[in-house]
Amino acid sequence: MKTTVARVGIVAVAVVALAVSVYAQTSPPATPATATAPAGKVANGGILYKKIGCYQCHANEAQGGLSGPRIGPMVVPYARFAQYLRMPTGEMPPYTSKVLSDQDIADIYAWVSARPKPPAVDTLPQLAR
Amino acid sequence: MSRPSRLERRKFLKKGALAGAALVGAPAAAAAQGTPTTAAGAGGAATPAAQPAAPLTHAVESAAPADVQVLGDNERAGSDFMIDVFKSLGFEYFFANPGSSFRGLHESLINYGGNTNPELITCCHEESAVAMAHGYFKAAGKPIAVMAHGTVGLQHASMAIYNAWCDRVPVYVILGNHADAAIRRGAEWYHGVQDAAAMVRDYTKWDDFPWSLTHFAESAVRAYQVATTPPMAPVVLVLDGGLQEHPVAKDEPLRVPRLTTPAAPAGERGAIEEAAKLLVAAEQPVFVADRLARTPHGMTLLVELAELLQAGVIDEGSRMNFPSRHPLNQTQRARAAVAEADLIVGLESADFWGTVNAVRDQLHRSTRRLARASARLITITTGDLYIRANYQDFRRLQDVDLAIAADAEATLPALIDAVRRLITGDRQRVFEDRGRTLTQASRAAAEANRIAATYAWDATPISVARLCAEVWAQIRNDDWSLVSSYYSNDQTNWPRRLWNFDQSHQWLGHAGGGGIGYGAPASVGAALANKKDGRLSVAIQTDGDMMYAPGVLWTAAHHKIPLLSVMNNNRQYHQEAMHVQKMCNARNRGVDRGEIGSQLTEPNIDYARLAQSMGIYAEGPIANPADLGPALSRAVAVVKRGEPALIDVVTQVR
Repeated sequence: MKTTVARVGIVAVAVVALAVSVYAQTSPPATPATATAPAGKVANGGILYKKIGCYQCHANEAQGGLSGPRIGPMVVPYARFAQYLRMPTGEMPPYTSKVLSDQDIADIYAWVSARPKPPAVDTLPQLAR
Repeated sequence: MSRPSRLERRKFLKKGALAGAALVGAPAAAAAQGTPTTAAGAGGAATPAAQPAAPLTHAVESAAPADVQVLGDNERAGSDFMIDVFKSLGFEYFFANPGSSFRGLHESLINYGGNTNPELITCCHEESAVAMAHGYFKAAGKPIAVMAHGTVGLQHASMAIYNAWCDRVPVYVILGNHADAAIRRGAEWYHGVQDAAAMVRDYTKWDDFPWSLTHFAESAVRAYQVATTPPMAPVVLVLDGGLQEHPVAKDEPLRVPRLTTPAAPAGERGAIEEAAKLLVAAEQPVFVADRLARTPHGMTLLVELAELLQAGVIDEGSRMNFPSRHPLNQTQRARAAVAEADLIVGLESADFWGTVNAVRDQLHRSTRRLARASARLITITTGDLYIRANYQDFRRLQDVDLAIAADAEATLPALIDAVRRLITGDRQRVFEDRGRTLTQASRAAAEANRIAATYAWDATPISVARLCAEVWAQIRNDDWSLVSSYYSNDQTNWPRRLWNFDQSHQWLGHAGGGGIGYGAPASVGAALANKKDGRLSVAIQTDGDMMYAPGVLWTAAHHKIPLLSVMNNNRQYHQEAMHVQKMCNARNRGVDRGEIGSQLTEPNIDYARLAQSMGIYAEGPIANPADLGPALSRAVAVVKRGEPALIDVVTQVR
């Protein structure tokens, strides 16, 4: 028998950033602000995002879900993104270099950064107050 | 005179003895032995036995003539009296998958009882029947009886009973059983059991196996009282097949006991005064309500208390406790509200420890306190009045400053009065400032939710936010009820983030025990309860849940239960996929195979065709978000005509 005991944040799995969210992920340690994103391959990043399960918590377009905050279009600098992915301090499990290379991270970062911006909320009648 | 055995009584009756001699517990005459069992003939007691239609066999031709076995004019079935008692309890429906161990009661229900109040609702699985009763209670506030075999039926039903117990919902379970081994037919050996209720006794509140009709009547009424007295929970009544089927004299003086539901236990006066002092003195109090509102009045009371204090409220959602768009509702920023609070009041909180603490689920689990170390803690809960040993639904023990063992809803009126007496002008000004701050915070959270829903708006598969926004657009001007929702125990789900919940019937909570397979049947049960009020019942139905017992769709079609089921079809057991993925990460040996075993693909399941096969209007699968609104509109029109409809939506994960 399966269970749906789904406390907030129990099952954050994939790539987590530091978006301001209701999920109360703990902020990672400070990182050098000088770090810049290496060149990443967007197409491969999209494949990896699905393959390694990032979408399970952050949803298919990185927009965030019940178990993980929005991470795309990109909301944090690459250095913090990469560091948190290696050494998360919240519910997200770690992705070591054994299972995800630095280039893989760069590719995923490129993909989530390239997610389209959403329409303005007030243009959507389904979201009228 | 010694008490006759049931075997003696049955043989006596089989010989067509006078009805008056068949009273329960009455002496039995000596019975002839070896009379072959025959089918009863139709008609009255004096009608000769019907001749067998053919073909005759040598064995049949050589057998002794059959005796007549029909109810005499001066008799009635024991189960007829049972129906009298059940009618007195006000049951509107009985839910059942048919079973021979309660055939007597079944027949009395449809013939003697006229199949009305209660009406029999045909179910395709006992788990569905109990979950339907669970959902019905949450919408109607009245329990429903479920009939099942004492063995094979109860084993099917047990998971749903566990859910109801964890959710403190009264479900009235009636089990058929044949206790007398001397006259069991073949199948009745598999369906016979010494102690039928034993297997669910750990998660039911009370059970009995009455021996006589008088015993039955008292136990039937007692079971109802026990089940509906807070803390409410399922009960089991085991009805012997003989007790159901034996005739009794019509003039047998059997009494239907009067039902008196006890008043719910309210908190002790001194403790309430102490709680009121702490509340009025607190700078940042917050209420955390979970199973508080067992009636619509519960929400009214909590609104009154929160507004009186201008205190924040976190609705943990086992019941509809607080309007989702009330300016004091802090549910969408719950952790922040807990962290800010200097006084936290748990109202029927099922997991108060989990409200003020968190577990970090990593390879080495750890815990941390979310609330301030100095925060004062109060609980008002019937959880302090009732606890069982085996199943661990009682959660971790949270040390608190004041624990009031009482029903929270029954306690709120006195607490409101006590608070009102203590409020001074100075405190009133503090409260008003606090209310303004909380209003700004809740409005900011609501606006953030609207904006969050815009991301991936046009994506395929469809985002769950888009799905919920499209459903909301279709129903917002109707009298609607969200009868089941995906992952309903998480108050940050999309309906709670986007929809305006301000009526008690609009939110019905969750399964309680976390057993998948609750959503689909509970939706049908709740929709049945909503039917008489003309409410538009909507379920956001997950695919994995639907596949546990999809036969409930047939029940909805057969009984014309208006329900809009919108499939949240992400083609996987998503929760479990995340758990396995987490193990993959923690063990550092590959993270790309985590979906194995949790997917519902290859082939994809066509839920529209599944529903259509059972007579339900259905469309889908819909993967293009632009197609969703029109499909929902068509389905809503069907539901408003009084029939169920299903829209299969291929979605992203939650």
